[in-house]
Amino acid sequence: MTERWRPICDKQHLRLRAQMLAKIRQFFTLRQVLEVETPLLCHTTGTDPQLDFFATTYHGLAQPTQLFLQTSPEFAMKRLLAAGSGSIYQICKAFRNGESGRWHNPEFTMLEWYRTDFSLLQLMAEVVALLQALLTPLRGALPVRQVDYQTFFDEVTGLDPLVYQPAAYRQFVDSAGFPEAAALCGDQQVLWLDFIFSHCVQPAMTAETIYLLHGYPAVQSSLARINPLDARITERFEVFINGVELGNGYFELSDPQEQEARFDREIAYRSRHGLNPVAKDELLLGALRAGLPDCSGVALGLDRLLMIISDSRDIAEVLAFPLANA
Amino acid sequence: MAIYSTNEFKGGLKIMLDNDPCSIIENEFVKPGKGQAFNRVKIRNLKTGRVIERTFKSGDTVESADVVDVEIQYLYNDGEFWHFMVPETFEQYQADKNAVSDALKWLKEQDICTVTLWNDSPLSVTPPNFVELSITETDPGLKGDTSGGGGKPATLETGAVVRVPLFVQIGEMIRVDTRTGEYVSRVKE
Repeated sequence: MTERWRPICDKQHLRLRAQMLAKIRQFFTLRQVLEVETPLLCHTTGTDPQLDFFATTYHGLAQPTQLFLQTSPEFAMKRLLAAGSGSIYQICKAFRNGESGRWHNPEFTMLEWYRTDFSLLQLMAEVVALLQALLTPLRGALPVRQVDYQTFFDEVTGLDPLVYQPAAYRQFVDSAGFPEAAALCGDQQVLWLDFIFSHCVQPAMTAETIYLLHGYPAVQSSLARINPLDARITERFEVFINGVELGNGYFELSDPQEQEARFDREIAYRSRHGLNPVAKDELLLGALRAGLPDCSGVALGLDRLLMIISDSRDIAEVLAFPLANA
Repeated sequence: MAIYSTNEFKGGLKIMLDNDPCSIIENEFVKPGKGQAFNRVKIRNLKTGRVIERTFKSGDTVESADVVDVEIQYLYNDGEFWHFMVPETFEQYQADKNAVSDALKWLKEQDICTVTLWNDSPLSVTPPNFVELSITETDPGLKGDTSGGGGKPATLETGAVVRVPLFVQIGEMIRVDTRTGEYVSRVKE
């Protein structure tokens, strides 16, 4: 029995983490992006039905009050943007209940940043610049492949992700060796896309290459704007290395009515599916009504990035204390 | 019957899948940041021994399989079934050919084997890691060869055939590693 008090992670990985954080701060200082901190403990949380949260009770008020550990700093950072902060970044902890595995720890470190007046393409270029700055000294400059979601999905599977074709999807997963998919996905296009993407498309990405996938299907728009020229796609991108999802970016939705409608849809979905109820964040809606400047934002998982930097197989190898001995 | 959620999946957990008892080998949590979480699970079918992969939606549940490993003594074969007994309680079990499968060629009366029981009947039999068996047939060795280099096939009392060094003779007792099917040493009686 090893002594449980000891860190699991290699001392070298602690050093790599410190270097990574220092380089990120240097990168943004040079670009005059302001570092900010927002609360981890908040009165509201995101409504996304796919994210489960940690809730706790605060006893300092007349009535016990429910507070949430943030699943991401997005709402608070948008309130700063609406208040005129200009471009900002934050390195913080985020918490997602029930997410535990080789690539997941329920508490993890996130880098999130917003660039005012940046298009999504400009932000994607900045993501690549940051990744190269962090990876190149240790792993060499990585080739970059920038491709739209539909093209890459079709290249790997021969399927069109923007046009829901249940019969073709089903035939594909059967022949790819996933006969259970049909029962799991039923008639939900989003589930089919999640399944095929995570089981077939991600594993097909070339190793040691930065992938930037953009133009996600509108059914997966989350907090991104819908593309003004093609309503089937959304102004969202994701970044991958070795088939691993590292980050997710949007040209940010700023229309308060549309935001409220998406909240309401997700709240209704939660109640239909017996998920924990959540109230919509009125403070975010207030900020959007006051006016969110046009901006693009992205969040990167820093523990996963450190896994790639250090060539680690399990997220526990880059955390001083993963959940099991936290 | 207990019910397990995917959150409880881990190596060694016994579950029912497609009406067969199975053992989880590996469980990988797959979750897009903005999407459905899945558990991609590597599973061994304990009836057939086949390893398959299967994806579940995270949070889905499966029935547990009532599977336990017991150390019990092999008694005899009646032509159709292989009979085993718990030495302490004299409780007996009979295993069919499917359950005995590859263990067949190592089973010697009185040896203690690991028998996997499903709903209290033998599902599979694992012989002891090392067994001592006598040689019933092998070519006479070359005179003076004690090196053991090369070797020759030898048939054992249970019917198993293993490679043995040239100096080992008919009637001798040898020790064999059943996991690799390899000769270990001669046994002095």
